[in-house]
Amino acid sequence: MSIDWINFTPWTSLCGGALIGLAVSLFVLANGRIAGISGLIGSVMQFGSEGWSEKALFLLGLLLAPLLWGAFSVLPEIEVRAEWPTLIIAGLLVGLGTRYGSGCTSGHGVCGISRLSARSITATMCFMFAGFATVYVIRHVVGA
Amino acid sequence: MIKLSAFFAGLIFGLGLLLAGMANPAKVLAFLDVTGAWDPSLALVMGGAIAVAVIPLNWARKNKQSLLGAPMQLPMKRELDARLIGGSLVFGIGWGIAGICPGPAVAILLTGHGKIIIFVLAMLAGMYFFSLLERRRTA
Repeated sequence: MSIDWINFTPWTSLCGGALIGLAVSLFVLANGRIAGISGLIGSVMQFGSEGWSEKALFLLGLLLAPLLWGAFSVLPEIEVRAEWPTLIIAGLLVGLGTRYGSGCTSGHGVCGISRLSARSITATMCFMFAGFATVYVIRHVVGA
Repeated sequence: MIKLSAFFAGLIFGLGLLLAGMANPAKVLAFLDVTGAWDPSLALVMGGAIAVAVIPLNWARKNKQSLLGAPMQLPMKRELDARLIGGSLVFGIGWGIAGICPGPAVAILLTGHGKIIIFVLAMLAGMYFFSLLERRRTA
């Protein structure tokens, strides 16, 4: 294991993480809801479901964040190396997997671990392991 | 008030993702590449988020209402079933292929990258497919 010190951003990542923590705290303290993005998208896709407008407004805020950021500063670099057929497969797997697994990096990884849920800790270990293994196979076995 | 807090929570969440560097799929993949040139940043994002959220979320576990009087709606399931584990493994594979998970996908959708739009459409299709399969299962 070798750490990429040039691209490692400890302070901005820690501060960005703290902001994410603040956001999920606000959502649970004010709205009594878990800020899990895959779950929110799943609910908003069912028009008129319970809490629809609150959930849609959360996603609207998330959607508008880069516009607010861009009004005051230069947007961070966004680099997607995968080509579109690969992106379609990845998107389908992420969509299906997060709904079957009842959550993603936000709902399980941040909110679930924070409330010490055994399900979320298990889910986070599973998707982290699968993510590490997939990148290992793609980059170091297949060598793409 | 409750609608305003929902909107601002989403907005702050998005700004946090952008600041953290998680809006960049290449950076997320650099975290998942533990045997390559490893960028541990994402671990600090999660650590920072959990450090801030742990007290509010544990307060939420002990209360039936939010500070604004909304019912507290936390997940009730406890069992570690095949759906949780299988679904999370499938999600992890997709995450490892593109370096994009649902939060960042929404947070960078309006930056106008065509590839992100394709990913989001496929992700929505996957979620829709899930709801179709669920409807058939429970019908």
